[in-house]
Amino acid sequence: MKIVKIREDNCIFCHLCEVACIVEHSQSKDIIKAFKREERPIARCTVEFNYPVSLSVMCRHCDDAPCIEACQNGSMHRDERGYVVVNPETCVGCWMCIMACPYGVIKRDTRREKWGLSTKCDLCPDRVIPACVEACPNEALTFEEL
Amino acid sequence: MKWMKNLKTYVPPSFVVERDDYRCIRCKACVEQCSFDATFYDEEEDRVWTWNANCVGCNRCAAICPTDAITVRRADPTYRYNHNWNGHVDGLKKRAIFGGTPVVSMGNDKPYPIYWDHMLLNASQVTNPSIDPLREPMELKTFLGRKPDSISVSDDGLKTKLAPQLELDIPIMFAAMSYGALSYNVIEALGRAAKEMGTYYNSGEGGLNKDHYKFKGNIIVQVASGRFGVHKDYLDVGSAIEIKIGQGAKPGIGGHLPGEKVSETISETRMMPKGSDALSPAPHHDVYSIEDLRQLIYALKEATEYKKPIAVKIACVHNVAAIASGIARAGADIIVLDGFKGGTGASPQVIRDNIGLPIEVSLAVVDERLRQEGIRQYVSIVASGGIRNSMDVVKAIALGADAVYIGTAALVAIGCTMCQQCHTGKCAWGIATQDPHLSKRVNPDIASKRLINLLEVWALEIKETMGAMGINSIESLRGNRLNLRGVGLNEKELEILGILPAGE
Ligand code: SF4
Ligand code: SF4
Ligand code: SF4
Ligand code: SF4
Ligand code: SF4
Repeated sequence: MKIVKIREDNCIFCHLCEVACIVEHSQSKDIIKAFKREERPIARCTVEFNYPVSLSVMCRHCDDAPCIEACQNGSMHRDERGYVVVNPETCVGCWMCIMACPYGVIKRDTRREKWGLSTKCDLCPDRVIPACVEACPNEALTFEEL
Repeated sequence: MKWMKNLKTYVPPSFVVERDDYRCIRCKACVEQCSFDATFYDEEEDRVWTWNANCVGCNRCAAICPTDAITVRRADPTYRYNHNWNGHVDGLKKRAIFGGTPVVSMGNDKPYPIYWDHMLLNASQVTNPSIDPLREPMELKTFLGRKPDSISVSDDGLKTKLAPQLELDIPIMFAAMSYGALSYNVIEALGRAAKEMGTYYNSGEGGLNKDHYKFKGNIIVQVASGRFGVHKDYLDVGSAIEIKIGQGAKPGIGGHLPGEKVSETISETRMMPKGSDALSPAPHHDVYSIEDLRQLIYALKEATEYKKPIAVKIACVHNVAAIASGIARAGADIIVLDGFKGGTGASPQVIRDNIGLPIEVSLAVVDERLRQEGIRQYVSIVASGGIRNSMDVVKAIALGADAVYIGTAALVAIGCTMCQQCHTGKCAWGIATQDPHLSKRVNPDIASKRLINLLEVWALEIKETMGAMGINSIESLRGNRLNLRGVGLNEKELEILGILPAGE
């Protein structure tokens, strides 16, 4: 199984991985429309910075995913590719997964009418190479076998 | 508003950064990437804007912007047109306002003639066949070092004992650029590319980081007037030793690595205190004559058991031919000629822009002089300073060079946009900096691949041109000025370059 490998030595803190992630999860998949016309999706990766270190962090798609364990109704589950994803239809925003994730990579989307939505990296199901990996200008993210 | 313009220190900006506000998605990549404090994000206004006065035109912001919203333009001079003065007004103002002589980097940028572009190459037609390099073997292999007057061969092979030689798979090496001037990652990339391509990179005058000893076999180590980082292991790791007398960008003056660039690791490598300026004196204080130079050459030969060729690098100056002859007679195995367009990490602008000679001319006169004196075989000549493309390499070799050094071209290959800010240590492309965060902008995996691509493409282009000329070995091109014709040159220039005019 391939996951996104984080190479902090190469990260230049440009945030383009976040930009690409937002575009990929938008309706239009058009960079300008995604940012200017649509309700902007939340970036599933987060670029952390503490001079001189910077790195982008996103879900590690753990083998023993504590978030799946913690989820009360099976919304957080493993899909047919083997990646850990959320079912937006059933997620009720209880944030138990957030409490459980040791990497802190699940974000809260509180913009839905009724319930919140747990939002995390889904490893871009519509793509061969994840958007963040393709966008990274310095190969600080690579898509590799574990 | 973080900045307010002040008439007292006002010099018109050199660049204007235009941002298409519709395309700008406020991702702030440009803000983070601008290392010259020229780009800002205003939270209240939700606007990204540029303080043009700080912009150095490095184009990092334009390159990173994911929506292509940025155009960096040269600011048009707004003064009344005056051919004589326009180019000097800002320089005058800067000196008057700030009281110091401007320091710049990279090579001479003034519009002096570029002789490469006044020389055309030959090709075979009808009377002799051209060669297809993709079908037939082409030899670029080059040996640098002293050649014997004659050789004797027996059935067991070569009987004559040869002086130590540097073996190059392509006649292109990476010029001296120190660790200190350049970031660790750049040196790493140069080393890897040199190794892969069977050539050499030059350590420059800053010594060698322990990690880079792994490139043994592909390093030329430099001994400069400051003698930074010179010790036995350092000399041993070099395949050749280069004594740096001068540098094309700043003939006659020493080196200066500002204290800000002397980090922990640099201080260790250079064997000097952290944060202090690394000043190399203008002359070597033990070399005041050709005889002194001979002593230094032989001291280094002695220290390395006569196993390594010794190169002497000089800036091309008025008497370059006579000086080169002296160097050859002093026992050097390689002479490096650095033309006035060669780059630097820092030089006073007046020096960079007004001193020295073009490499084309210097190369021609040195080769000619050494031939006339019958000592050309004592030394190999390496041309450096302003080699921009593979055809400059071909022309240099036809003019008499054995090989060339590239510096600026290699940096451009890995990102440099020649914004001439190397001396500030803030290089937005992560090349000429010791800032650990900025240095990350060069990924050695990507950079070494690019350098390898560059050299491979140049090698192919050189072979193509040689094939067109009907030459299958670079040896046959060396000093073969009959393959050059001058255009737009006067009689004296043609005579000095030793080439015929087009049509003759
Ligand atoms: S969300 Fe956290 S716990 Fe769940 S798979 Fe990803 S990294 Fe592991
Ligand atoms: S793999 Fe896709 S979803 Fe995951 S962080 Fe990268 S871009 Fe976002
Ligand atoms: S795109 Fe790459 S370099 Fe830029 S912040 Fe993300 S991981 Fe770092
Ligand atoms: S990088 Fe481009 S899109 Fe991003 S803030 Fe700068 S100008 Fe705007
Ligand atoms: S990144 Fe370079 S070109 Fe862009 S504003 Fe800053 S200094 Fe100017």
